[in-house]
Amino acid sequence: MQRYSGFGLLKHSLSHHENWQRVWRNPTPKKKYDVIIVGGGGHGLSTAYYLAKEHGITNVAVLERGHLGGGNICRNTTIVRSNYLWDESAALYEHSMKLWEGLSQDLNYNQMFSQRGCYHTCHTLQDLRTNERLVYANHLQGVDNEMVYADQLQKEIPALDCSKDARYPVLGASVQRRAGNARHDAVAWGYARAADSLGVDLIQNCEVIDLEINDGKITGVKTKDYGVIKADRVGCVVAGHSGVLAKMAGFELPLESHPLQALVSEPIKPFLDTVLMSNHVHGYMSQSDKGDLVIGAGIDGWVGYGQRGSYGIIEHTIQAIVELFPLTSRVRMNRQWGGIVDTCPDASPIISDTPVKNLFFNCGWGTGGFKGTPGSGNLFAHTLAHGKPHPVAEPFSMFRFHSGKLIDEHGAAGVAH
Amino acid sequence: MLHIYCPHCGEYREEEEFHCKGQAHIPRPLDPDNCSDEEWGNYMYFRHNPKGLHHEIWYHSTGCQKFFNITRDTVTYEIKEVYKMGEQPSVAAKG
Ligand SMILES: Cc1cc2nc3c(=O)[nH]c(=O)nc-3n(C[C@H](O)[C@H](O)[C@H](O)COP(=O)(O)OP(=O)(O)OC[C@H]3O[C@@H](n4cnc5c(N)ncnc54)[C@H](O)[C@@H]3O)c2cc1C
Ligand SMILES: [Zn+2]
Repeated sequence: MQRYSGFGLLKHSLSHHENWQRVWRNPTPKKKYDVIIVGGGGHGLSTAYYLAKEHGITNVAVLERGHLGGGNICRNTTIVRSNYLWDESAALYEHSMKLWEGLSQDLNYNQMFSQRGCYHTCHTLQDLRTNERLVYANHLQGVDNEMVYADQLQKEIPALDCSKDARYPVLGASVQRRAGNARHDAVAWGYARAADSLGVDLIQNCEVIDLEINDGKITGVKTKDYGVIKADRVGCVVAGHSGVLAKMAGFELPLESHPLQALVSEPIKPFLDTVLMSNHVHGYMSQSDKGDLVIGAGIDGWVGYGQRGSYGIIEHTIQAIVELFPLTSRVRMNRQWGGIVDTCPDASPIISDTPVKNLFFNCGWGTGGFKGTPGSGNLFAHTLAHGKPHPVAEPFSMFRFHSGKLIDEHGAAGVAH
Repeated sequence: MLHIYCPHCGEYREEEEFHCKGQAHIPRPLDPDNCSDEEWGNYMYFRHNPKGLHHEIWYHSTGCQKFFNITRDTVTYEIKEVYKMGEQPSVAAKG
């Protein structure tokens, strides 16, 4: 792999940038792999990378139905934070946060990871109490999070309407200062490039249409274009399509796939140097380095695989944003899109073994799995390498919906992001 | 945006007037005291999540406030039929 550096940039400029190495190969698949990963989104690609890097398992293929990064990994609004409520979640998301903090160096790919902070505004007393509780829980877990109240908040975010006569008066906010944004394409491409350079085969336009299961044990997958490809172990990381893959395996998952929409405005002068989200009025916004406002809406309440949602949902979000930031009322929106998110009843993911031997699922990240990309892949790689879940992943078993040991993060997951 | 026919109002209205309440036709456990953990878990948390036809309950929340069922394609979002509570669908979804 040709390393990226300032010097490289200079050198390639002499040949008009026409001789850059291709970022990854496009191999044809082998007949058999040690591990097959179904789904080339962020979580699938990071799983492949850590399998090769930390466990020395390089006879690995990632099978992707479309192109790398065509799913939610490049459709999200890029918020990264680790201030969830329960200890199980803190361990998971903080593990991910620590990996984010060194990721650009590790992958030799600029993730544009910007720890610009993330605020959760409180508009009612109940909101304040919920967030104060979160802050205290996070302190006990060693995760940074703090409260700021209206006067201080107004100073930190001048454009936010903290006045008493606002339609949804802001009483305060919790803020995680280590939280922030990253560039989502760079996450997909960075992991893909790094995994490829360690020998992982990334196979695009390769849809898995069935799973080869004999005597309760998986032996391979059936693909649309390349027939059967054998594997000792298979990991499914297909986000919104997890239910479809589970059906092939003969079991159901407690997931529903919903459309989730986002939109981006025309670029305007910088005025927001942080991320702001409001659970109560349901909207969130940040401003990208190009100047566009990145705005996330809520999910559509019905099951949908169409990568598009209804107009009313975005209208509702825009109303909230304009109330919070009155100066945005005349900003025009440039683009709008949707992704398919796999929501779980307790708003926590599933990283799990399954009723089928050697078949593992990593899913249910729903509206908030971008932040989990490094940690999820790291733990799932361990799970695939050892044939049983990593201790941090153990509580996130799919069987918790039968034992009753749920990890209810509806409070901290709040806004759909 | 869905355009939904309410069988109670006898009119098409915009989606904004309605709420989707999820999968239809979920039977309550007949003998709740003797359900296993697995049976309870399935009843509480496991829902069909088909890529294709789906039977779901809708609520005309800002209209007549009555419930009814819809059979809808979850890929094209096309509504195949609307029928009242207690009735069975004529377009069948598999699984
Ligand atoms: C609008 C929006 C905003 C969001 N905002 C945030 C945010 O701010 N912060 C945050 O933390 N999270 C956010 N999320 C959630 C986050 O994007 C997802 O949880 C996460 O990206 C899911 O993991 P993934 O990257 O692996 O998914 P994906 O990128 O969707 O990867 C799954 C892949 O599997 C492939 N696949 C499916 N079926 C098959 C098959 N049969 N064979 C082969 N391949 C298959 C798909 O083509 C896809 O590429 C947001 C999501 C959306 C849609
Ligand atoms: Zn009605």
